[in-house]
Amino acid sequence: MSVKSKSIQNKSKDERLRKVSRLKVLLNRPELGALGGSILVFIFFGIVAGDTGMFSAYGTINFLEVSANLGIIAVAAALLMIGGEFDLSVGSMIGFAGICIAIPAIYWGWPLWCSILFAFSMAVLVGYTNGILVVRTGLPSFIVTLAMLFILRGATLALTRLITGRTQVPGLRVLIENDPIAWIFSADAFKGLFSWLGSLGIIALRQDGTPLATGVPASVLWWIGMTIFATWLLMKTRYGNWIFASGGDKLGARNVGVPVGRVKISLFIGTAVAATIYACVQVLDAGSADTMRGFLKELEAIVAAVVGGCLLTGGYGSAIGAAFGALIFGTVSMGIYYTDVDTDWFKVFLGGMMLIAVIFNNYIRRRVTENK
Amino acid sequence: MSKNLVEFNNISKFFGSVIALKDVTMHIKKGQIMCLLGDNGAGKSTLIKTLSGVHKPTRGEIIVEGKKTIFDSPRDALDLGIATVYQDLALVSLMSVTRNFFMGREPMKGFGPFKTFDVEKANNIASERMGQIGIDVRDPSQAVGTMSGGERQCLAISRAIYFGAKVLILDEPTSALGVHQASVVLKYIVKAATSGLGVILITHNVHHAYPVGNSFTILNRGKSMGTFEKKDLSREKLLGMMAGGEELDKLEVELKEIDRTLKN
Ligand SMILES: Nc1ncnc2c1ncn2[C@@H]1O[C@H](COP(=O)(O)OP(=O)(O)OP(=O)(O)O)[C@@H](O)[C@H]1O
Ligand SMILES: [Mg+2]
Repeated sequence: MSVKSKSIQNKSKDERLRKVSRLKVLLNRPELGALGGSILVFIFFGIVAGDTGMFSAYGTINFLEVSANLGIIAVAAALLMIGGEFDLSVGSMIGFAGICIAIPAIYWGWPLWCSILFAFSMAVLVGYTNGILVVRTGLPSFIVTLAMLFILRGATLALTRLITGRTQVPGLRVLIENDPIAWIFSADAFKGLFSWLGSLGIIALRQDGTPLATGVPASVLWWIGMTIFATWLLMKTRYGNWIFASGGDKLGARNVGVPVGRVKISLFIGTAVAATIYACVQVLDAGSADTMRGFLKELEAIVAAVVGGCLLTGGYGSAIGAAFGALIFGTVSMGIYYTDVDTDWFKVFLGGMMLIAVIFNNYIRRRVTENK
Repeated sequence: MSKNLVEFNNISKFFGSVIALKDVTMHIKKGQIMCLLGDNGAGKSTLIKTLSGVHKPTRGEIIVEGKKTIFDSPRDALDLGIATVYQDLALVSLMSVTRNFFMGREPMKGFGPFKTFDVEKANNIASERMGQIGIDVRDPSQAVGTMSGGERQCLAISRAIYFGAKVLILDEPTSALGVHQASVVLKYIVKAATSGLGVILITHNVHHAYPVGNSFTILNRGKSMGTFEKKDLSREKLLGMMAGGEELDKLEVELKEIDRTLKN
C-alpha cells in the first residue's frame, strides 16, 4: 500500500497511465519449468537408482550422450518455434544427411570430408526449400514440412536402394581414421583427464586398463556449444530480436521493417543443419548410415522445445530451456533401465510431461499477453 | 505558405473491379494535423496504405518534400520519414517494451561479427522516451502485453517519432480507448505536431478529430468530398458531412416517431 501511494505522489500528473505491473520473475524465464523438471528428475533417479551405476562416469556419459543428440536438434527447433514455425522434416533430414555422407564416401570414392560438406550443402538446400515454401505460400509450416518429411524419407530409401541395393550403408569406420574433419563429430574430449581419473581409480576401468568412459563425446560439446550460441543469438543480437518479433507477430514485425521472410528461411536452414550435425555424430559413431535414422526425432525435438518453455504459437521460449528439455528426455530414457519400471512406460511419461508443459506454457502466455 | 511535406495528387486504387479510391488529393504541411474521416469502407486505410508503401497506387502521384516518389515497400516510406502506426500497432505483446521499441532498428555495439544488441542503451532510451509522455516504465523488460491500450498506443507513437518520422500516420489511434486514455493520446499527438511533424489522423470519431485537427479530408465511398480548414467548418457541419450524418438524422426522426407512438 505504502509503495503504491508513494509512486502516485511522485508523478501524480498521469496516475492513470502508470498501472504498469512488474512481471513476475518467473515469466521472464521460460526455461524455469524445464530447469525445475530436470532437478526433479535427478532427485528421483538419485533416490531410485542412485546406487546402480547410473551416475557413474560411464552411466553419466551415456545419458548425456542421448540428451546431447536430441539437444542438438531441439535447440534449433526451439529457435524455429520461437520464430513461429515448425519443422517436421528434421527426422527425415537426419536419415537423408546420413546417406549423403555414406554413399558418396563409399560408392563414389569421395573423401569423407567432402561428403560431409556435401551433406551440409544438401541441408542448406532442404532448409531453404522449406523456408521459401512457407514464406511464399503462407501455408502452415506444419503442412509444408510434413510433406517434406515424406519426400525426404522416401527419397532416402529409394536412392539408397537404387544405388546400393540395401537400406544400410556400412563400412565408414576405416575412412574416419585419416579424415581431417571427422574428429569434429566423433572424437572424445578430455581423454587424458579420463585416463588419469581411471588410473586414480575414481572412474571404472576395463580389463585392458583403459577407462570404461573414454571421454566426453563430441555430441555433448556440440550440444553445449549450440545452446550457448543460440542463447547468445536470442538475447544479445539484432537477429535474436527479429526471431522473437517474427514469431510474435509477423505482420507487425514486417511493418516496422523486420525482414521476416529472411529470418524464417534462415531458421529452417538452421534446423536442417542441426539435423545434419546429428547425422554426422551418429554416422561417424556407428560407422554406418541407415535410411531409418532419425525416425520420429522431429517430434522428440518439439517435445523438448515445448518442455523447455517454447510456446507452440511462437514468439516466446528459450534455447537453454530446450537444452534442459533434452536433458530430461535423455536422463529419463536412459535412467528407466536402471529402475524396476518397465521401459514401455517411457512414452507415457513423455506424453504426460509434454501435456503438463503445454498447459503450463499456455497459462504463462495468458498472463503475459493479457492486460494485467 | 509553408511547403507541403507530402502531396497526394489524384490517387486512385483499384482492387480488381473494386474501386477503393478514386482521384483523391490531399496535402500535408509541417505542424499540421490532417484528419481523415469517413465511414467504414470509405477507403481510409487504403489511402494510408498507399502512402506507407503497402499498396502501389493504380494512378496518381505521391510527392514527398517536392520529389515524386514511388514506394516499393514499407521500408522505402520509412526511410523517407513516413511512419505509420497501424490499427494493430505492430507491437508484439510477448516481447518487452524495449524489444518492441527497437524492433527492426536495434542499436548495436561492438565490431564485425560480434556486433550485439546494446540492450542497456535500448532500455535507457525506451524508459526515457516513455517517461517523456508520462508513462513510467519501471521495468523496460516487462512484456507489452501487460500494458493498457493507451500505453501501447503511446509506445507505438513515440517509437515512430524517435526514429525520425516527419510524417506520422495514425490509423484509428483512439478507437479502442476510453475517454481518459484517448485524451492522453490526443494530447500527445498535438504535442508531436507542435514539434514540427505532419500528422495524418484517421478516425471515425468527430469528437476526437475536431478538437485536435487543423484540416479535415472527408472520404465517401472512395472519393474525396474535399479538404476543409477548421475555420470554415463547424463541428455540426463536419458531423453532417460524414456519410452516416444523414442516417443519424433519420435515426433521430425515427426515434422520435417511436417515442410518440409509445406516448399515444
Ligand atoms: N486488398 C483488397 N482487395 C479488394 N478490396 C479491398 C482490398 N482492400 C480494401 N478493399 C476494399 O476497398 C474499400 C475500402 O476499404 P478500406 O479498408 O480502405 O476502408 P476504411 O475506410 O479503412 O474502412 P474502416 O473504417 O472500416 O477501417 C472496401 O470496400 C474494401 O472492401
Ligand atoms: Mg480502416
